[in-house]
Amino acid sequence: MLIGHYNYWVVVALMMLGFFIIIAHGNLIKKIVGLTIFQTSVFIFYISVAKLDGGTAPILAEGFTDYANPLPHVLILTAIVVGIATTALGLALTVRINEAYGSIEEEFIEKQDNQSC
Amino acid sequence: MLNHLPILQVIVPLLAAPICLFLQKPKIVWLFACVATALTFLISVLLLQQVNVSGTLVYELGGWEAPWGIEYRIDDLNALLLLIISSISAVVMWAGHISLSKELNADRHLYFYVLYLLSLAGMLGIVATGDAFNVFVFLEVSSLSAYALIALGRDRRALWASYKYLIMGTIGATFILIGIGLMYQMTGTLNMHDLATRLPEVSQTRTVFVSFAFIVVGVCLKLALFPLHLWLPNAYAFAPSLVTALLAATSTKVAIYLLIRFTFSIYGLSFSFTTLPLNVLFLVLGVLGVFVASVAAIYKRNTKRLFAYSSVAQVGYMIIGFSVGTAAGLSASLIHIFNHALMKGAIFLALGAVVYRVGSVNLSQINGLGREMPYTMAAIVIGGLSLIGVPLTVGFISKWYLIVALLENGWWPVALLVLLGSLLAVIYVWKVVESAYFKPADSDREPVKEAPLGFLIPVWVLVIANVYFGLDTRLSVGVAQAAAAGLFGVTP
Repeated sequence: MLIGHYNYWVVVALMMLGFFIIIAHGNLIKKIVGLTIFQTSVFIFYISVAKLDGGTAPILAEGFTDYANPLPHVLILTAIVVGIATTALGLALTVRINEAYGSIEEEFIEKQDNQSC
Repeated sequence: MLNHLPILQVIVPLLAAPICLFLQKPKIVWLFACVATALTFLISVLLLQQVNVSGTLVYELGGWEAPWGIEYRIDDLNALLLLIISSISAVVMWAGHISLSKELNADRHLYFYVLYLLSLAGMLGIVATGDAFNVFVFLEVSSLSAYALIALGRDRRALWASYKYLIMGTIGATFILIGIGLMYQMTGTLNMHDLATRLPEVSQTRTVFVSFAFIVVGVCLKLALFPLHLWLPNAYAFAPSLVTALLAATSTKVAIYLLIRFTFSIYGLSFSFTTLPLNVLFLVLGVLGVFVASVAAIYKRNTKRLFAYSSVAQVGYMIIGFSVGTAAGLSASLIHIFNHALMKGAIFLALGAVVYRVGSVNLSQINGLGREMPYTMAAIVIGGLSLIGVPLTVGFISKWYLIVALLENGWWPVALLVLLGSLLAVIYVWKVVESAYFKPADSDREPVKEAPLGFLIPVWVLVIANVYFGLDTRLSVGVAQAAAAGLFGVTP
């Protein structure tokens, strides 16, 4: 149970870590780091799903009958690209926020806005 | 050509976006974007006609047969949503050049059009596709461009709103991704039609429960269901006016479409509503959303924020209709999706005209505008009446069908609450009317002229649609009921 599902335990641990960072940290860069960890856990999850015990890489060859499922790998390549785009956009926004507010701490940003309204 | 309509619906805006980059001159890009969105609208009309004539359309991408290839599947529900999204985006685009000239530096116009078309392509893709993973990809295409669009707002708070939306939206999308992964793990397929036939065999496993939970929470983040709505008001309030008009009218609707597609077609009604008590949960959250958001709207001084909170409340009505779990309730939801797109499109576009002339939409700045900008303010009033649900407007049709559906089910206390919620709408719409018509103009605000004709025409097209579809309901109610009947026919 514990060893057999090793990958999934890692997935859950990373997912919760990432999620916790997003919620608990006020620094915008740290939030994006958390978001990336959160997304990475999902990538690992998809790849784990594709793995077949005793299966090889999905290339036809003599002597092998069991293959890992290649589809999730392809899916997750797409998701990785999406993840990179999200991170890039998030960081670009952080740069602009830093220019506009002079800070990337959630606390300071919220405080400045409350005064100006 | 006609056979390829389902893919053209998505491809036209998707290809138009990069072409914009070659055109450079803002005015030419705008004209090009107008043509592209108009073409998209035309395709959606043709699609709706075809679906009416020949039933569900199935399009296999690259000729690969489903479930191996990706298929686009257009039934009444998809066709209705495609029509809503493409029509609103085409009308909003008409006002594009005029509105942007005041709200955005000329060197950024180009990027606005690119992002607008990409966001549109993403939303159309979500609706058109019949593949669960494809949904995620298009969801991210539309969301990423929406984040960037919101960040184009002049106020620096637009950046902060966009950032928050990015975090919340990505969590939501990743939740959906996890849900899809778990479904794939149990069934080995990503095709929605295939999923619907294979899921019942394994529906009593915990994995399927968990996948359903992830998808529902993820979609609810996207559709801004109370209490997951916190990203919405600021994102709508500080985005450029056109972006608000587009997003308010379409993006939450797309998320509701996803919710309907997943709960009704893929997991099936008996799983969602009987095995799991989703209807009770949604009923409570929907009613709470209507009241909390309506009350919050009453206290807002920025009219864009005010109507943004009202959007959260209106999502509540759609969710109430959804939670009834009957064909009548679902069609009430769908009718409201259609009608709400018209109302909010008209109101936010008219507010864009106010921004164009006055530069701000604070209630104090609107004082006395009823005399200075009579046509614009009249548009907001009619849109507001429609929000309340006054007869002769589309809002009345929505409320009527919703209340009938609730009463048929014997839920009269809920029907009463819906009526009470409408009274709250009277209060917040009245605040705008009072400012515009019954208060003298602020002395520190320069007198302004009526908005230019290029702005008034798209606003009034939407306003007239508000009245027209309040009288002639053949299109909205007919297609919505056909779609609801289709969903209930398919579910096992």
